Amino acid sequence: MRLELSSLLKVIGDWISSLGLPVWLVDLIEMCGAAAMVMGMAFLIILFLVWWERKLSGHFQQRLGPMRTGWHGWLQTIADGIKLFQKEDIIPKTVDRKVFYWAPVICFASSFAAFACLPWGKNLWPTDLNIGILYIFAITTFVVISLLMAGWSSNNKYALLGGMRSAAQIVSYEVPLTLSVLGVIVATQSLSMVAIVGAQEKVYNWFIFRQPLGFLIYLIAATAETNRAPFDIPEAEQELVAGFNIEYSGMKFAMFFMAEFLNLFLVSAVAVTLFLGGWHGPFLPSWLWFLLKAFFIVFVIIWFKWTYPRLRVDQLMEFCWKFLLPLAFLNLIVAGFLFR
Amino acid sequence: MREPAAGYSEEFEVNMGPQHPSTHGVLRLLLRMDGEIIKNAEPHVGYLHRAIEKICENRTYPQCIPLLDRFEYVTSMSTEEVFCLAAERIAAIEVPERAEYLRIIMLELDRIASHLIFLGTFSLDLGAITPFLYCIRERETIMDLFEMTCGQRLTYNYIRVGGVSQDIPEQFLPLARKFVDTFQHRVDDYEALLTENPIFLARTKNVGIVNKQVCLDYGASGPVLRAAGVEWDLRRDDPYSIYDRFKFEIPTGTVGDVWDRYMVRVRELRQSNEIVRQALDQLPTGDIKAKMKPLFKPPVGEVYARIENSRGEMGCHIISDGSTKPYRLKLRGGSFCHTQLIPEVAPGIMIADLVAMFASLDVILPEVDR
Repeated sequence: MRLELSSLLKVIGDWISSLGLPVWLVDLIEMCGAAAMVMGMAFLIILFLVWWERKLSGHFQQRLGPMRTGWHGWLQTIADGIKLFQKEDIIPKTVDRKVFYWAPVICFASSFAAFACLPWGKNLWPTDLNIGILYIFAITTFVVISLLMAGWSSNNKYALLGGMRSAAQIVSYEVPLTLSVLGVIVATQSLSMVAIVGAQEKVYNWFIFRQPLGFLIYLIAATAETNRAPFDIPEAEQELVAGFNIEYSGMKFAMFFMAEFLNLFLVSAVAVTLFLGGWHGPFLPSWLWFLLKAFFIVFVIIWFKWTYPRLRVDQLMEFCWKFLLPLAFLNLIVAGFLFR
Repeated sequence: MREPAAGYSEEFEVNMGPQHPSTHGVLRLLLRMDGEIIKNAEPHVGYLHRAIEKICENRTYPQCIPLLDRFEYVTSMSTEEVFCLAAERIAAIEVPERAEYLRIIMLELDRIASHLIFLGTFSLDLGAITPFLYCIRERETIMDLFEMTCGQRLTYNYIRVGGVSQDIPEQFLPLARKFVDTFQHRVDDYEALLTENPIFLARTKNVGIVNKQVCLDYGASGPVLRAAGVEWDLRRDDPYSIYDRFKFEIPTGTVGDVWDRYMVRVRELRQSNEIVRQALDQLPTGDIKAKMKPLFKPPVGEVYARIENSRGEMGCHIISDGSTKPYRLKLRGGSFCHTQLIPEVAPGIMIADLVAMFASLDVILPEVDR
């Protein structure tokens, strides 16, 4: 018997319904419980990813990374979080206060909302929308709006340049990203994340083998979506100092920061669901397989970041529209013939 | 301030620096931008002005040396060398053989250290973060070598008028040899990360071109000049110290773009390494300082000495009135000339290219500001 979380959840669910509460209350409790669990999971993932990226980058660069706080510095993120909580929330005089305030909230909320559709394991998903993948891409697009809001409201030239850059970049890369995913959807005839995972039960059915080009396009576009090197021009430190978040400090900055890592995990998780067979895998529990695969994709994206130089803003657009997009169309056409 | 430009865009001014991650110190660039494209760039310098030349007039010759270490602190050895060279020429002092060799070893190690800083910060400015720490790792060994010799890691005060301050310790030679042997492979590592990387090529090839004529017009020297295709190196063309005894090549570029300047410096790393190897092999025994009177008092005269340091021609003009202090001291550095190239090259390129171009000039601001 594998250690499946879903059976544990089922026991809890049965217990709550056996208490004799009204049906609406049971539903409400279950919904809140699911939301709280996803939230907790998201924060755990952020905590882990920040630490992991710091450790990985350290080892890529012949150093150790954080070592002092806890075993190999695993408490470092918590310490940083506490520091950011305590920091004074500086709001510059000339900012557009309302927009400035809501930008990080929207950024974090939209990244987090997409988690609702992820199939974390066997029978383990907050909700299974029949348009799941569409929902994920739609809701994460709000991130662009928030970055633009942040860049605009900061009333800072660097921030504005950063906001504009990221808007142009994310909107452009959304196109090949979605097209690369369409290949998978054509094959499975479904937009539901659970159905897509269901179509990849055997290893040879994984879409990475059936759609290798699509996977590559997705990975590249996803790296650009998350504003990470070599596509990190919106926050190109050496050009724009910090980009759209230059005027942010304290918790507001932390919201952007967390949203960035949530996005990183999200694109990896979607890659796992669409191309790497989701939670399917032998021996280990399904949720562990899902996390392992997702963290592997995260590792690859982090690896990109610490290896490659940054593209220039016009080269980035050129690469997207003149190279990635035709390839994505080609992939879609091939997929259309293959899975007719 | 704002005036509408042609089309739908509006030009605006960005104040880049003096607090900016990629201005390598305290350069302030006033950029007039049309979106991402630079219309005009105006460097403002002087934030680090310490009146080094003037202060030197009130100090005795030996006292000048530690101050001049602060003149160009990434290659302090070369500022010491050029000053001592000028002082020795006025006073007609013969430097002992061993001291000359020690100077060459230190100067070339210092050139390597300086080029490593260039390589690191340059790749950092292109967004590649990892090479920086690799470069710092190798530089650390050089710093260790300097530290065990003169006790300092940045402002060495090692080269003195008539020789060097002290002999190298016992453990210096084995460590230096080990460094020389491994360094070739380390340079291969850096090149593997950058040289043929398509993103790197896209960012550097045909970007920020400083052609031959512009170089000559603006008095550019060193790697910037050589990248434009002019084979000019004072170590060969106006030999000072004992550089005529070593075999080395002078790498040159063809176009004078960012990639050429990067490549010239990377190949110079290998050449300097070879010079250090030859100097270590030939190192003679003997005195490390010329026999001199305790009080250094050069005769009345005027001299200009120049050397090739990692950024170009570094010159020192000393006018002596026969006292223990220089009557007038004038320094010339490559960075000062190269900063002037920015308004010439910047118009029409993008802000990201300006950062790459400026990094490839390898300007160090304390030298510009004096």
